[in-house]
Amino acid sequence: MLEDKDRIFQNLYNDLGEDVESSRKRGDWKDTNEVILKGRDWIINEIKSSELRGRGGAGFPTGLKWSFAPKDVGSRPHYLVINADESEPGTCKDRDILRFEPHKLIEGCLIAAYTVNAHVCYIYIRGEYYNEGQKLQKAIDEAYSQKLIGKNASNTGWDFDIYIHYGAGAYICGEETALLESLEGKKGQPRLKPPFPALIGLYGCPTIINNVETIAVVPTILKRGAKWFSSLGKPKNTGTKIFCISGNVNRPCNVEEEMGIPLKELIEKHAGGVIGGWENLKAIIPGGSSMPMLPKEICETIKMDFDSLVEQKSGLGTAGIVVINKDQDIIQCMARIARFYKHESCGQCTPCREGSGWMWRMLERMAKGEASREEVDMLMDVTKQIEGHTICAFGEGSSWPVQGLLRHFKKEIVKRNNFNPLVSKDNKIPYLVDQHLLENDNAEIKS
Amino acid sequence: MSLKKISKDQPEKFEFNDRNIELAKKMINNYPEGKQQSAVMSLLYIAQRQNNNWIPLAAMKYIAKFLSMPYIKVYEVATFYSMYNLTPVGKFFYQVCTTTPCMLRGAYKLVDVCKKKISNKENEISSDGNSSWVEVECLGACINAPMIQINDEYYEDLDEKKLENIIEQTMKGKTPKPGSYRGRVNSEPENNRTTLVGIKNA
Repeated sequence: MLEDKDRIFQNLYNDLGEDVESSRKRGDWKDTNEVILKGRDWIINEIKSSELRGRGGAGFPTGLKWSFAPKDVGSRPHYLVINADESEPGTCKDRDILRFEPHKLIEGCLIAAYTVNAHVCYIYIRGEYYNEGQKLQKAIDEAYSQKLIGKNASNTGWDFDIYIHYGAGAYICGEETALLESLEGKKGQPRLKPPFPALIGLYGCPTIINNVETIAVVPTILKRGAKWFSSLGKPKNTGTKIFCISGNVNRPCNVEEEMGIPLKELIEKHAGGVIGGWENLKAIIPGGSSMPMLPKEICETIKMDFDSLVEQKSGLGTAGIVVINKDQDIIQCMARIARFYKHESCGQCTPCREGSGWMWRMLERMAKGEASREEVDMLMDVTKQIEGHTICAFGEGSSWPVQGLLRHFKKEIVKRNNFNPLVSKDNKIPYLVDQHLLENDNAEIKS
Repeated sequence: MSLKKISKDQPEKFEFNDRNIELAKKMINNYPEGKQQSAVMSLLYIAQRQNNNWIPLAAMKYIAKFLSMPYIKVYEVATFYSMYNLTPVGKFFYQVCTTTPCMLRGAYKLVDVCKKKISNKENEISSDGNSSWVEVECLGACINAPMIQINDEYYEDLDEKKLENIIEQTMKGKTPKPGSYRGRVNSEPENNRTTLVGIKNA
């Protein structure tokens, strides 16, 4: 288990206070200008060698992303945008960073903005987090009054401003290009990529977009060294991560742990175990609702890092772990997730707009046992038609959880939905509409 | 993409009050020159707060003029995002999260309580005229499930009895205390913390 001294977010449970003085006591804003004065190349190299991967879901290497920003500022200014539109079901890590560790985030913003040549940073917070946004605003005001940001921020000679922009309850705005559209005051509908935001982003200017947690760990990595960070976890999956454990566990909680910790240990040790005991476990969604679920057999041994989960055809995503035990109806659980995606589809691409509703309706019927047996295969077909045929990754996000259900619990669905729409025995019903199907060549039904 | 109804009773006129004009100008200043359209979301919020938590069409027209942008673009934004209310809501606006992590811990029981205590249908203002409720998607407090949001505040770790209690308080016009209703601190594991123990005891 990770030792307390190696935890980055010492104030995760707010024992120490979130104001600037208390934050200084635990090392925030210490030597910030020294770090910055070491220069852009040093910072990017240090982040690259720490192997930090983005914490927003896709796990893209952060150092690499920063290096995509143009080296020199041309006629267009550069922007830094922080994605705090945390809406993935099962995930609530950014909320705690915003309310209890805002200075880590602000300090990270300054360092990241300097590195990518940006003078302005927008933090896009989901509208529901109104109070968290107010707390962050208070922290930003404190930082301004202590000259940590603003003109000549922290004595680095770099001018830097931060603004908060509230979203308004659209999940899709967590997708980076939809977020930019929203920031420009439009509907949050994703843009085609390429061009990538690093070259053409906000207002057509080069823009780097990072998740809250990614940026908040940057100052600690630079101060303690890339070696320290990469010594935690496994190669390519380094460092620590906040795991959110929710659902059917005895003590749901947020906890910061080393990457690659066994899933079973996380649940048994930190979350007080599954309700009804480990034997009562049915399945676990390992990384927020978009990631395919894992059945109990895999949960016994799986390690929580990007690559181990990809091997099991799932993913770490945002590390929002949702535990489902045997008291729950697994098909109903997935039907509810499908309804979430149906509600949140932005409506731009047809496969996603129509497919997400289609999957939801089928799953609702399957939960009640009203679907025909052929629909089980049709459901798989629909997910395949959505996946990869949309502008953004929402298509994958909505179809993967359904594929996960079909991969591991198909037997259960088939058992419940064995209804055969064709009448094959009693063919003397006078007004049968599908009579032609009963003629000998057509009546062969795949069983 | 949510299906939203627009209220049939629309006020003729809408204007920001003086304080909100200042606030709106401050918001516009957050964005580069000529990009004032970016402020449309904040201005819609300001209008919503000024007008008893809902946005009439007159406000959208007013904002369009304020930001010199086409009315239809404001309308698009107001209908796209689910947090803008286009019909009147109760003074206490209950949003019950029912997405899977909350559902696993009994969110639909809370929906039943709302149906019984507030009104039978979603988006329908209660008979005493001061509350309404709606089912929403994940509010991002999954480890404190099941939870609801009333106006700006989160009420966490609920069950039927606790919610009934909250509703009774709001019926008397009082704002209940936000936060966890099982007495837990923020997002730490209840009763038995496994990490950062030394810091707690220090």
